[in-house]
Amino acid sequence: MKRRFNIDRFLVQRLGVSLITLVAFLTVVPIIGVFGYIISKGAPAISWEFLTAMPRDGMRAGGILPAIVGTLYLTLGTAVFSVPLGIAAAIYLAEYAQENWLTRLIRIAIINLAGIPSVVYGLFGLGLFVLFLKFGTSLLSASLTLSIMTLPVIISATEEALRAVPQSFRTVSISLGGTRWQTIRKIVLPQALPGIITGVILGLERAAGETAPILFTGAAFFLPRLPNSPFDATMALPYHLFVISTQVPEMPVQIQYGTALVLIIFVLGMNLIATVIRSRARAKRQW
Amino acid sequence: MDKSLHWRETIITAVVKTCGYSAIVFVILIFLFLLREGIPALAEVKLSDLLTTRWYPIENHFGILPLLTGSLIVTVGAMLIAIPFGIGTAVFLSEIAPRWMREILKPLVELLGGLPSVVLGFLGILVLSPFLRVFLDLPTGLTALAGALLLGGIAIPTTVSIAEDALDAVPQSYREGALALGATKWQTIWRVTLPAARSGVLTALMLGIGRTIGETMAVMMVTGNAPVLAVKLTSIFSPVRTMTATIAAEMGEVANGSTHYHVLFFIGLVLFLISLAVNITASSVVFKSKKRAERVLS
Repeated sequence: MKRRFNIDRFLVQRLGVSLITLVAFLTVVPIIGVFGYIISKGAPAISWEFLTAMPRDGMRAGGILPAIVGTLYLTLGTAVFSVPLGIAAAIYLAEYAQENWLTRLIRIAIINLAGIPSVVYGLFGLGLFVLFLKFGTSLLSASLTLSIMTLPVIISATEEALRAVPQSFRTVSISLGGTRWQTIRKIVLPQALPGIITGVILGLERAAGETAPILFTGAAFFLPRLPNSPFDATMALPYHLFVISTQVPEMPVQIQYGTALVLIIFVLGMNLIATVIRSRARAKRQW
Repeated sequence: MDKSLHWRETIITAVVKTCGYSAIVFVILIFLFLLREGIPALAEVKLSDLLTTRWYPIENHFGILPLLTGSLIVTVGAMLIAIPFGIGTAVFLSEIAPRWMREILKPLVELLGGLPSVVLGFLGILVLSPFLRVFLDLPTGLTALAGALLLGGIAIPTTVSIAEDALDAVPQSYREGALALGATKWQTIWRVTLPAARSGVLTALMLGIGRTIGETMAVMMVTGNAPVLAVKLTSIFSPVRTMTATIAAEMGEVANGSTHYHVLFFIGLVLFLISLAVNITASSVVFKSKKRAERVLS
């Protein structure tokens, strides 16, 4: 009787572990499949012309230059607003704020900002920037909308990086007569820089790949030139991929896969840079 | 010199403090603008009309029930995929896989989380939905099922990443204790490690749900965009339309200030409140074990 119990137990163990392994396998293989598929289907479309020419024939031929440049502008525009604001907010939380109800409220607000659906950011951007402040459907409105969306990522990552700097660094600086701000600027920020850069890139990566927030705030369906002021609308890679895969009849599949591949390279390239900075900084860390 | 230093310190403190409060300001601003543009809908359309089953804005039918059920069926479907696969993968990575495998697989899963949803939607149109149409012999592959499958894929990275962190945070001595008492590895996972990481795993699921309800592009591209009431079990095999997709698809074409415009903002307000509820619930669990929250980003 006792023996039987033991056999069952180990049978269950073996079954359970196999099941979990199978589940993990079924999760990971499609992920590899997705990336492999897009790379193999998209690579043939990539050429010098595809990357540097304007679209032609109702976007069915030519290149995707305005979309690439547009996404680059949007990413930089987002950085202009969200990086200083996000880093300052993180400095407040890590270096100045006391643990009280107001600080808890800030943290709850950050968590909620991170969870608001991207299309709701689009609505907000439309209401505030496009209509109320009259910036119109523009690079500026879209960048502002995206920067509020990326703010929680940048704040959280920067705060983590600041908190990772040992307290003794601050104590030494203060005891040598440094003010609080001098301590932050000369001691804490430089030490936390790799972590901050990683967080910033991860936040901007999200902005670069988003479509819904720019749908009604700055994305242009088709614009065969580059935007030349912040008040111009712009094409963008994710929106362009949406347009050519749903709105344009008889679209050559190769251009669609090519656009998807360029978008993935853009976004995951940023991810890769962030990962490299992080692992290098970890190897060099002095504490 | 000393005095100017003092002044600079005061000004910088004030600036930093103001930026610190910005997150609160933005949440309030977003809420106010959604109210400002969304509440007029209640004056223009009777509440009893909003709660009908006909969404046909051209003839002033603004029943949002089909959109609510559309979001619901797709989200439930996605969670039925993300819960077993997300938690299963997290358990595998944390408890079963050797260290080197975990170092490769976890970043790989998180890479999927960085994939723009429009790319998944694109693959959904070109690969997934034709496959579903042929495989299940449906009139169209653009169905709630296709949306649920894609959303499951979108929720999995969040779920795996946070649940794995929670499992990893369970002290090694718990496992050693269980094993020393003669429990098998499976019993240890099922009866000791998972229960100990319960709150973190729940948080992972909540945040996964949050991402699912708010997801827009992938859903819009593959669910077929038909605002019909989805209450039967078989609705999963027919086209539906979610709240997010409705806003994204129609906002570009409405006149600012029209009833349709206000109703779309009202739907946005509903989405905002849902995400608020989900995130506050999830974060109240997070706050109990702050150490883990710190690990999430490290």
